[in-house]
Amino acid sequence: MQTKSAARNIFYGGSLFFLIIFFGLTAQSHNFIVNKSTDSAGITDKVRLGKKVWEDKACVNCHTIMGEGAYFAPELGNVAIRRGDKDDPKAFNEFLAEWMKAMPTKAEGRRQMPQFNLSDEEVDGLAEFFKWVGKIKTTDNWPPNEAG
Amino acid sequence: MKYQSQKIALAYFAVAMALFAIQVSFGLLGGFVYMAPNFLSELLPFNIIRMLHSNALIVWLILGFMGSAYYIIPEESESEIYSPKIAYGQLILLVVGTLGAVVTYVFNIAEGNFLFGLKGREFLEQPLWVKLGIVVAALAFLYNITMTVLKGRKTAISNVLLLGLWGLAIFFLFGFYVPDNLALDKMYWWYVVHLWVEGVWELIMASILAFLLLKLTGVDREVVEKWVYVIVSLSLFSGILGTGHHYYWIGTPGYWTWIGSIFSSLEVIPFFAMVLFSFTMVWKGGRDHPNKAAVLWALGCSVLAFFGAGVWGFLHTLHGVNYYTHGTQVTAAHGHLAFFGAYVSVNLAMITYISPYLFKREPYNQVLNMVSFWIMASSMAFMTFVLTFAGVVQTHLQRVNGEDFMAVQDQLHLFYVMRFGAGSVFVLGALIFMYSIFVPRKELISTEAQAAE
Repeated sequence: MQTKSAARNIFYGGSLFFLIIFFGLTAQSHNFIVNKSTDSAGITDKVRLGKKVWEDKACVNCHTIMGEGAYFAPELGNVAIRRGDKDDPKAFNEFLAEWMKAMPTKAEGRRQMPQFNLSDEEVDGLAEFFKWVGKIKTTDNWPPNEAG
Repeated sequence: MKYQSQKIALAYFAVAMALFAIQVSFGLLGGFVYMAPNFLSELLPFNIIRMLHSNALIVWLILGFMGSAYYIIPEESESEIYSPKIAYGQLILLVVGTLGAVVTYVFNIAEGNFLFGLKGREFLEQPLWVKLGIVVAALAFLYNITMTVLKGRKTAISNVLLLGLWGLAIFFLFGFYVPDNLALDKMYWWYVVHLWVEGVWELIMASILAFLLLKLTGVDREVVEKWVYVIVSLSLFSGILGTGHHYYWIGTPGYWTWIGSIFSSLEVIPFFAMVLFSFTMVWKGGRDHPNKAAVLWALGCSVLAFFGAGVWGFLHTLHGVNYYTHGTQVTAAHGHLAFFGAYVSVNLAMITYISPYLFKREPYNQVLNMVSFWIMASSMAFMTFVLTFAGVVQTHLQRVNGEDFMAVQDQLHLFYVMRFGAGSVFVLGALIFMYSIFVPRKELISTEAQAAE
């Protein structure tokens, strides 16, 4: 009986201890994200609209974003870097608009992306969202290369 | 079955099994689309198929946990469930919510609507009204179960089970917080996803396993309960800070690479402890329980969880490895064996154990049940190997050589064909399991040993 209650106390005490450390570290990480690794001021209405489009269309169930999501379609966390042009910030927006219009390709044997019928405003927002995500400072600059 | 209200579990497991059938069907369909990508591409795009696959899984596992609780708690507390009406009511609420979510996904109803549209964050896609319904149902469930525990005997098994279920509900609440900042969004999203499957769900799993082993082996309760506290201590001590392995590359501070690597490596230990626990109990107990299939599932669960969640998790958890493998098919391999080994198997073990009591019969058709175990376990193991190889090749071509994603995927075709084969066999195994549970005919092996509840 003695040892069981000891085991129980270790469980409750230890779990609480680790939970407190975890909450402390995530609070610090929260600050780090807001102030250091991401461009908080850069979250414009366009970026917000883009994130909403990203969620409304359930993009994450085919694509990954920063490595998380489904593994059916390419990584999009760095798509603005992969498909953009450093010297022409609007090039990626134009590329994405053309890309979204061309879907689905209906090419035989190729994975298909649906036609989402996005408005000009929505495509632009989505592009700005991807550009914003692409600027997040990740540890060791993950992903390893442009392929994502 | 000593208490009338334990019968509630039957309704929960019936719905859970129907969703299990839906889950594996859409899994098979998704696997087929990987091979033949034009199939249904405009009628039912891959993202919808995947949502149905993953959401059906999550809901049926939770229904299984709730059903298990409704069976275990009366026996542990030595008292009837506080209110069977609440129990059936919250089940109906969850079924309505699930159907609502399915209809929303398939027919894309109210897209973009704050309350009725789908919310495209992985696994938490349920429309807001469904999420709120889930919270109401969870509160009703916790109230019902907690009241039952409070009025009866308090045991370690019911304590840990209750704590796990409360944790499940509490961490779900973080799913309502959706910051505009994607990095923050991800950090809190893991509060739900990681602290569920590598945290509080392990409490639920350990307590269900403990209950089963207590009943199946006849080992002294004191021994079982001491093991339970040791196992769940190891789970949370490693698992809580183990969340760090999801904080490597999402804009979180660099120290997580160390914390995550160290603590998530330790996450293997509780799963190994569960293997030791289940085998030691069966060995020491020496009770010849007639429900051999339930013993097989309980042992199989701990072994498959050890490999799926433990070993396959460790495989890509060190940050030096994860830098290259993060978000490849390696993750898919781990996910499949981990969920099947830990949470699917513990539920199937529970159904196998309780169905003779719920249906008031001998453990009929348990040979068929055991056959289904080996079919599901081996096909899932094969799928895991195939996806692991696919993931290793993908990692090299894409992450090391920097080849284009789609070009790499074309080179993985053979693996996806084999995965579809493994998936087909798995579905067959799942159907055989359901048949053996729900369509009993005659006993195939002798059950001279005394049945003991």
